[in-house]
Amino acid sequence: MLDVAVAYNRYKYLGNEFLTWLWFMMETDKQGLAFPEAESTELVIGDRIVLENNRHNRDETITIKGDGAGLEEGQLALQKGALVTEISLLVKTGEAQWRFNLKGESLNIGSLKPPEKNPAEASDDMEQQVLEQIAHAERATSLLHHLYHQFIMQRISEDWSKGIAPAMGRWIDQAAS
Amino acid sequence: MGLLSSTFSLARYRVEGRIPDPFLETLRERLKNHMIREIDNEPAEKSVGWTCFEAPFQPDFDQANMVFGTHLVFSLRIDKKQIPAKVLHKHLNMAVAKRLSQAGRSSLSRNEKQELRDEVARRLYARIPATPNIYEVVWNYEQGALWFFSTQKAANEELEAIFSKTFKLAIIRMFPFTEADLACGLTDQQKDVLYKVSPTVFQGGSHA
Repeated sequence: MLDVAVAYNRYKYLGNEFLTWLWFMMETDKQGLAFPEAESTELVIGDRIVLENNRHNRDETITIKGDGAGLEEGQLALQKGALVTEISLLVKTGEAQWRFNLKGESLNIGSLKPPEKNPAEASDDMEQQVLEQIAHAERATSLLHHLYHQFIMQRISEDWSKGIAPAMGRWIDQAAS
Repeated sequence: MGLLSSTFSLARYRVEGRIPDPFLETLRERLKNHMIREIDNEPAEKSVGWTCFEAPFQPDFDQANMVFGTHLVFSLRIDKKQIPAKVLHKHLNMAVAKRLSQAGRSSLSRNEKQELRDEVARRLYARIPATPNIYEVVWNYEQGALWFFSTQKAANEELEAIFSKTFKLAIIRMFPFTEADLACGLTDQQKDVLYKVSPTVFQGGSHA
């Protein structure tokens, strides 16, 4: 395997392409996303999305914040060549809702907020609390792994350059027009 | 933003290799060998070491519960002292004046000044308490997966260094390349394609 530091820098664009692909999939083919849980899962953009454009020697960062914020500015940035570098995701599974942030270059999970719990169900037992938090972390890491696996299989397939990337290009054009 | 907080952040790692049997005793022994060392009242600037999850300020790995379900849980503690710049400046100034007066000289060389600066810093470090930072580690030993409950670069670098030293095991950060290369079950042929991919240009309907 490549040196870790070299691999981190050389391929960090893959993480940004992954987040951009995720946005594309959420907008155009929600049913096509592969989720780890049998229960129906819905994934929507949360309250923050960050895009960066490093092309043509310019470093431009666009941050869109707030629930239900208009994403037109982000789509315009995509058209200029930006990629998503950070995204907040809201996951709806059954009646439960939880959210977390994903950073493209590291795939770190940030600000994971587990589902609201009924105070009557809260446990004072430390071991129980730890196990519950581990279960929440497990859900998020498993979801990330499934989605990234799906992306990578597409990314290294011939279909990427022949079908998926052109479709994303058209989506970007249409979204910004 | 730790494990029991209402929101938390984590970095993911893969651990390769096994700890020699008897597993739990070896684990406790190795954690004890690299346990956090208190540096209050000492001239040290920083101390990095393992501590217990439930009692991070009174670690006792012989008694601590470290097994939660199928996971091992313990913490990394980084204690650091910081001297305010103005305090260092004042004490250095006083020390320089004293040294010049004792030696009957009008100036110090650059090396002498640096040595004096280090000496003053050590003296001040011995007088100020360290600020502790605690980061939980959750390790699914059987699956070789480890979560570190901080995404700060410096804290992750400390984890990687001390984990390798403590357990003599490879710890690999999971980021876009390593996740694809090690965790997506790619065949050798697919890995060859992965190693050769280059950035896609989506905009304007054109793409590479």
